[in-house]
Amino acid sequence: MNAPATFDPSAISQREKLVVIGNGMAGCRAVEEILARDPARYDIAIFGAEPRVNYNRIMLSPVLAGEKSFDEIVINDQAWYDDNAITLIAGDPVDHIDRERKTLVTRSGRVEPYDRLIIATGSDPFIIPVPGSTLPGVVTFRDLDDVDKMLAAAQQGGDAVVIGGGLLGLEAAHGLCLQGMKVTVVHLMPTLMERQLDEAAGFLLKAELERRGQTILTGADTEAILEQDGHVAGVRLKDGREIAADIVVMAVGIRPSVSLAKAAGLEVERGIVVNDHMVTSDPAVMAVGECVQHRGACYGLVAPLWDMCRALADEATGAPSGYAGSVTSTKLKVSGIDLFSAGDFSGSDGSEDIVMRDAARGIYKRVVVQGDKLIGAVLYGDTADGNWYFDLLKKGEDISDIREALIFGQAYASGGALADPNAAVAALSDDAEICGCNGVSKGQVVACISGGAHSLDTVRSTCKASASCGSCTGLVESLLALTLGGAVESGPKTLCKCTSFTHDDVRRLILEKALKSIPEAMQELHWTTPEGCASCRPALNYYLLCAWPGEYVDDQKSRFVNERLHANIQKDGTYSVVPRMWGGLTTPDELRAIADAAEKYGARTVKVTGGQRIDLFGIRKEDLPAIWADLNAAGMVSGHAYGKALRTVKTCVGSEWCRFGTQDSTGLGVKIERMTWGSWMPHKFKIAVSGCPRNCAEATIKDFGVVCVDSGYELHVGGNGGIHVRATDFLCKVETEEEALEYCAAFIQLYREQAHYLERTAPWVERVGLDSIKAQLFEAPDTIRQLAARFRISQKYSQIDPWAERAGGERADLHQHIAEVRPLQVENIA
Amino acid sequence: MIGKWLDIGSVNQIEPGTARTLPVQGGEEIAVFRTMNGEFHALVNKCPHKQGPLSQGIVHGNVVTCPLHNWNISLKTGEALGEDKGCVPVIPLKVDAGRIFLLREAVIGPSSAAEAA
Ligand code: SRM
Ligand SMILES: Cc1cc2nc3c(=O)[nH]c(=O)nc-3n(C[C@H](O)[C@H](O)[C@H](O)COP(=O)(O)OP(=O)(O)OC[C@H]3O[C@@H](n4cnc5c(N)ncnc54)[C@H](O)[C@@H]3O)c2cc1C
Ligand code: SF4
Ligand code: FES
Repeated sequence: MNAPATFDPSAISQREKLVVIGNGMAGCRAVEEILARDPARYDIAIFGAEPRVNYNRIMLSPVLAGEKSFDEIVINDQAWYDDNAITLIAGDPVDHIDRERKTLVTRSGRVEPYDRLIIATGSDPFIIPVPGSTLPGVVTFRDLDDVDKMLAAAQQGGDAVVIGGGLLGLEAAHGLCLQGMKVTVVHLMPTLMERQLDEAAGFLLKAELERRGQTILTGADTEAILEQDGHVAGVRLKDGREIAADIVVMAVGIRPSVSLAKAAGLEVERGIVVNDHMVTSDPAVMAVGECVQHRGACYGLVAPLWDMCRALADEATGAPSGYAGSVTSTKLKVSGIDLFSAGDFSGSDGSEDIVMRDAARGIYKRVVVQGDKLIGAVLYGDTADGNWYFDLLKKGEDISDIREALIFGQAYASGGALADPNAAVAALSDDAEICGCNGVSKGQVVACISGGAHSLDTVRSTCKASASCGSCTGLVESLLALTLGGAVESGPKTLCKCTSFTHDDVRRLILEKALKSIPEAMQELHWTTPEGCASCRPALNYYLLCAWPGEYVDDQKSRFVNERLHANIQKDGTYSVVPRMWGGLTTPDELRAIADAAEKYGARTVKVTGGQRIDLFGIRKEDLPAIWADLNAAGMVSGHAYGKALRTVKTCVGSEWCRFGTQDSTGLGVKIERMTWGSWMPHKFKIAVSGCPRNCAEATIKDFGVVCVDSGYELHVGGNGGIHVRATDFLCKVETEEEALEYCAAFIQLYREQAHYLERTAPWVERVGLDSIKAQLFEAPDTIRQLAARFRISQKYSQIDPWAERAGGERADLHQHIAEVRPLQVENIA
Repeated sequence: MIGKWLDIGSVNQIEPGTARTLPVQGGEEIAVFRTMNGEFHALVNKCPHKQGPLSQGIVHGNVVTCPLHNWNISLKTGEALGEDKGCVPVIPLKVDAGRIFLLREAVIGPSSAAEAA
């Protein structure tokens, strides 16, 4: 037996040496789990870059908000390390791993051997590489040092800009706001927290944060961070806006912290690749937490870490169990804002959305069901059932029995008989309030139904229940069913299947409730789908545009292709281009420019249209801005041949040349077209002016037609050619051109304000009756003037040539390809 | 070495709720969609009905409504929904580190893929 010649520390302890890199949430939890299983197995050392003990990182938000102190968020204090004989080396990051020698080296030069290594280095905040991103005053939100920097800045007051409207960014913004700073959130996407929330919930969140005094800029792309005297001074956006800032918080995302593992030659993709037992490509090295990639997924929340740590500890103590990945859910830690999301709510095939909105209480709930399973949920305003949904989702439980009542929550859905909504309504007492907006009780609704209101619509008009926000529509429908048995009459057609409101209701409520965006209208009017459909989006877009001229920002996503691209799509996917020819007049110069454009852009057909102008066919979407620029240069603008808008004003020769002409019909036609072009309408709108009753301009089959006579101008409305030819109705006769113009503007505005989307004047006049239109126009002496004035106001914002805007480079993305593929040089694309 | 996936650009180039096109020389043009929820999908840019350019349709949820005759096409499976019958090929797509990748073989066909490699 030989005594050891030199001192060998490992001989003292028979234990294996376990070293953990990362003193964060996953690293320490892994150690806790191992100790719980086998406290005597390892000799443990933990290395942490931060100069402090292990704390609860997610509680940094309450620390920033002043709701908690650092001491309150410590998970394991120094005594824990001491009691468990754990060596903590804090404030000295590990710089290098030598897997061959099984040692690691820290920044200060300390060398530590290991038998088993756990890498738990978490994530690094991502910093967008814009000019100025390294200036003093630009901070991230990851550890206590960041919070201290923010608190120090907040002490001075002033402006804060938070870049990133995700979970972290919004918690930072909330904290800084509570600390007294004026906060602006700059978010690239059109809606906040777009990865966790759908558009509807994102909209509600934005409205609430704005109400609390934050400025939220969505669709805002940061171009640079501005400097003054060596410190951050503001942020400039790509659209040129500048926002002052004394501090800029970058919260645009995180990247798994993998550099150490990568340098050590471990298999790394987006994160450090681990198997189901959290072992990396080196059997002696395990990894856990946000730095890992497991079955292709990287996580940014703590719940998965707990599961990972259990699997890791099982493996490390010789009883491997395996981790199968996690389903995550999201909550925002901002006091007073209840928000929850989980699972897949993107809507997939065969999946169905069940949506409930309660505008009065600011609630939006959406569950996504596929087959007999719940696959996703988004809740805003009332998250009481979040955990219940999350549980159903994780366990993949069969929900077919409770499907009808699912959206009402656990109490309701599991309430046996109550699962039938009708039974629940039947159980209500007579004085229970049904309609909160109009204060209508159940007894009153039932009385109204018994009194003859046998449809939703008649109930609405008789006792006002469900006539305002509509959130009680379901209850009223149940009462109809209960009171009448099967005899419920279906009401007038709703706008589309996404809503129980008619076109008229929607138009009225947009004004009454001052609804100013599509998501707001959908929320307040209890849309039953999250984003609407191809029918209601364009309709809402038009109604909002008409209601709030100059204020509402047109939503291009809600426009049919022709209106989005300002050209008519053809069957082969090319487009036609029709420049305006005022009143059908043209000049040699214009014709030359049209001829040149036709040749330059390869128009395969050039045709005179039935609307007295020229159509160029076969133009490629990429060439549209260029051909428009050429036509603009010759003084021509868009003819809106593609729009639910003013199309053409056809004219005849009139008194200037024609031997029968009584007035200058061409001149009047040009004036009318100059007044009305650019206006968006419920449907297309055509006008004609004929110089005498021979009517060569076919004025009596137009939406608005003028027939000139010796003593003045006869005005005709509500005609069209097309599928069902309808001759116009005679509206009235006026004596001067000025009056003809004024009446034309008034009639158009009445049509714009009252018709249903996609209803031309002919069916509109037939539906409401000429008498009603006349009554509205003529009953009060001032109506014509008022309507015409409203039309002119809206025209101030509409008469901007859309072609010129596009030719000037606006929305180039709509016209250009994202990339091109040429198979032999594919490596060069993008 | 050319990889299995084609990098066609940054995710920021597609506004949520819209699509952009990718012409393929000697092949079918592809439409790359981004839903309002920020999901990405790629389909051959041809409606199964009469070859309408799906990239120009209105996107709602995971569905695009064809601009020519309003068929609704699933972005996930390429299948026509409702009463209509037909299917357009889906191009496998992945997003990594803010870039959009399409499966090379599905874009340019297996034989040309081999050639190019
Ligand atoms: C180009 C043109 C035919 C021509 O070469 O003459 C034309 C072409 C189309 N018409 Fe028309 N209509 C054209 C004058 C007419 C006329 C004559 C007129 O305006 O005096 C009529 C009958 C008058 C009327 O509208 O009352 C006419 C009645 C229709 C209808 C039926 C409307 C109805 O209410 O029943 C449709 C279908 C629709 O709009 O839903 C239609 C739809 C269309 C569409 C937009 C079909 C479509 O959705 O793609 C065609 C687009 C072709 C293109 O890409 O440019 N077009 N269309 C005419 C363009 C006029 C212009 O300069 O803007
Ligand atoms: C402000 C904030 C709020 C959050 N809110 C929530 C929430 O509400 N819900 C939720 O689920 N999640 C939330 N998270 C995310 C959650 O905090 C993380 O998922 C969790 O902390 C990840 O644990 P981890 O151990 O992998 O990483 P971390 O907790 O970051 O630990 C990693 C540690 O490793 C250290 N380290 C890195 N490199 C080295 C090195 N080379 N040498 C030594 N040490 C190193 C780091 O300094 C760090 O201390 C929030 C995060 C933040 C920042
Ligand atoms: S009549 Fe029919 S085919 Fe001719 S342009 Fe009009 S819509 Fe097209
Ligand atoms: S081509 Fe798409 S619906 Fe007809």
